[in-house]
Amino acid sequence: MSMFRVKAKAAGGKTNVKMMAKHEMETGRRKDKSGQLIPAQFLQTVVVKHAGNVVFEANLGTAISKNPYLGFSFAGGAKGDALEVSWTENTGKSGTDSADIR
Amino acid sequence: MSMNRRTVVKAIAAGGALMGLGALMPRVALAAWNKDAFSAEKQDAAMNALYGSAASESADVVLNAPDIAENGAVVPVTVSTKLANVESLAIFIEKNPNPLAAEFMVPAGTDAEVSTRVRIGQTSNVTAVVKAGGKTLSATKEVKVTIGGCGG
Repeated sequence: MSMFRVKAKAAGGKTNVKMMAKHEMETGRRKDKSGQLIPAQFLQTVVVKHAGNVVFEANLGTAISKNPYLGFSFAGGAKGDALEVSWTENTGKSGTDSADIR
Repeated sequence: MSMNRRTVVKAIAAGGALMGLGALMPRVALAAWNKDAFSAEKQDAAMNALYGSAASESADVVLNAPDIAENGAVVPVTVSTKLANVESLAIFIEKNPNPLAAEFMVPAGTDAEVSTRVRIGQTSNVTAVVKAGGKTLSATKEVKVTIGGCGG
């Protein structure tokens, strides 16, 4: 399953991207029912590429809400083009999702 | 090629070659997740770790955040600026355990406008910082929180 749900829309020479990850963004400060700290597990970096070029890059901390939302626009991009979204977690886990511009 | 750009950056950093390359490719060096900045517990320290200096207030930086957040766990924040040559944007929340919430890199061609949602533990000043043309500029706004974002 992909981490990010991406909605990218091309209009007027620009592509507007709204994306949301399904992620708890565990801060490492919460405790579970038995009083044990839940270890931090959050998305650290997100890189969005279009046609091989980086169009957006985010470094995230634990202050980002759970199910992180990111919205931005970049010049260029056409309907049907693919966006590549790569992410890494603080745990070292990583992955890449792709989405088409609509 | 199986390696993506980030692995290449990491490999370079690990090899200790970053010092020399950093001067040649400041943008690449900037892009790594800044552990010192993200784990700093004071806003000044976080800002110093990220940008090397404090930011000066500027009307060119636009921070869109609610006056009152009913739920501190999900506060929509938008940072934008009309300045040219923007390199990066960052969001700081002064009273959070780690004030630096996020840093966004804006390559040429990408609008200097980013929206996200943050956690705010208690009523706090939220500061947006924009790095443009070598200068760091900021805008600050207080967001009142009625239910904290860090409770379990």
